[in-house]
Amino acid sequence: MTDVDASAIELPAPANERGRSLLFSRWHLVLLPIAFVMVVPLVWMVVTSLQTLNETRHYPPTLVPSSLRFKNYTDVLRDTPFTRWFMNTLLVTLASVTGNLIFCSLAGYAFARIRFFGRRVVFVLILATLMVPFQVTIIPTFLIVRQLGMIDTLGALIVPNLAGAFGIFMLRQFFLTLPIELEEAARIDGASRLGVLLKIVLPLSGPALATLAVITFLWTWNDFFWPLITIYSANNMTLQLGLATFQGAHQTNTNLLMAANVMSVLPMLLVFFVAQRFFIRGIATTGLKG
Amino acid sequence: MDVRRAVRSDHFVGWAFASPAVLLILAFGLVPIVWSAILSFQKTNLLNPPQWVGLANYKALPKDPYFRQSMVHSLIYTALFVPFSVAGGLLTAVALNRKIKGIRWYRTAVFVPVVVSTIATAIIFLWVLDSHFGLANWLLGRVGLGPFGFFESPNGALYSLVAMTVWGWIGFDVIVYLAALQGIPHELIEAAQIDGAGTAGVFRNVTLPLLGPVTLFLVVWSTINAIQLFDEVYLSTNGGPGTSTYVPVLYLYKMAFLNGVAGYAAAIAYVLFAVILVLTAVQLVLGRRMVYLSA
Repeated sequence: MTDVDASAIELPAPANERGRSLLFSRWHLVLLPIAFVMVVPLVWMVVTSLQTLNETRHYPPTLVPSSLRFKNYTDVLRDTPFTRWFMNTLLVTLASVTGNLIFCSLAGYAFARIRFFGRRVVFVLILATLMVPFQVTIIPTFLIVRQLGMIDTLGALIVPNLAGAFGIFMLRQFFLTLPIELEEAARIDGASRLGVLLKIVLPLSGPALATLAVITFLWTWNDFFWPLITIYSANNMTLQLGLATFQGAHQTNTNLLMAANVMSVLPMLLVFFVAQRFFIRGIATTGLKG
Repeated sequence: MDVRRAVRSDHFVGWAFASPAVLLILAFGLVPIVWSAILSFQKTNLLNPPQWVGLANYKALPKDPYFRQSMVHSLIYTALFVPFSVAGGLLTAVALNRKIKGIRWYRTAVFVPVVVSTIATAIIFLWVLDSHFGLANWLLGRVGLGPFGFFESPNGALYSLVAMTVWGWIGFDVIVYLAALQGIPHELIEAAQIDGAGTAGVFRNVTLPLLGPVTLFLVVWSTINAIQLFDEVYLSTNGGPGTSTYVPVLYLYKMAFLNGVAGYAAAIAYVLFAVILVLTAVQLVLGRRMVYLSA
């Protein structure tokens, strides 16, 4: 389950449809309705975001807007700190991704290769935290973050997410699969542990690091519960939280709400299309989703 | 290098490498797990000093009508969400696992909702399922169905939640199933075909048993997620209309952060944890037996 070949997903297996691919396949009859249901809500979001308020308050629904009203988008940007939310989310996400890559690499390598006092006990304890659902830890975590004076700051969103048990576990498992001879040879040549990690192990770990980066990115970008509890000021909100408050305030301005929604989804979609294979591998590995 | 010094330096370097991550997980993982257990035996509003109340929080839970309602909703939701997303994911993956025209487009269409955030999904579905101006009622009306109240009706809100979350999650099941389907050796399928099995026969007797472990994983994973449902409810109905979509984590959130009964909320969290552990264990035991019997 954990080892998914993304490239295999890209290329469909020939199965027994080979040679019939040019003819109309009956599978279209299954796939067309599914694709319709999956795509229509997203298309409808885009269509509504270009309508006037009157067009949204019309039944039957206005399928084709009279004109493409891009003013909805500029209105959202004018009325909300949307760019601020975007930058906050970007900062929090990049910090979490960077933190996870650094700290999980270091810890994962230590647990994979270095024999140190208490290694096994600590590793088991870390694994145990993976089994505990988030709602068990959320109240005390809130109290700890409050004690640290980080409530209503971006620190509350960044610091607890700089390293995760999952990342440590995943990288440790990956490091264990690398040939140890390379590392031993480098050690004999006088390289330090850090040198071995930086110059030999990490360059061989591209796919694993990319997967961890994508998972952390997806998780942090779409996280909602934690920002909801720790952030109160509009200026410190993430995109998801900001959008939720905007939804609360503009329930009747559907066209503006949809314009804001399109802008919130777009960056993620772009990243998805660029890094599709890593996304698919990351998703197949863990099932994390905002 | 002298061996003893090397070993001692390993202790030092090992801890130096591990300690940043270990400290973070200690502070924001292990300590909260223990603290939460302590909280569940206390009465506290997170501001004043807590008061020890023993098992009172746990004893109050079964008598709390809102909590009981939340658990019932959660079970109904889970009983619908898990089969629909897993079986739907399997069907979609099987359909997507072939070389036909436009397959890339179909795949993208199914995968994209996975990266759409919960809030965006909620905003879209509140609009598509709007009882007055929604696209869904219009489309259903054209084939003679409805109109439905969806999120606005006490009887329909929970089912609308199921529909919305299946839409958002099914791509995940499809991705996992597609990866598994492509790991099935062609020789097995061809051998079955030579033995005279039709498409349905191959699927039932070869493909499905081989997908057993993946199915078990998806069932367990979906159940865990379904019981922990929060974002989707908070952002679409916030428990309403009335209390018709109250679910345990939403109730926990309201108790801890809005009503200031954090000890009670911690008890809810631990009860949920226990429910998840028991359900997962049952599924794994039953599932393993079925997987091995059919394989």
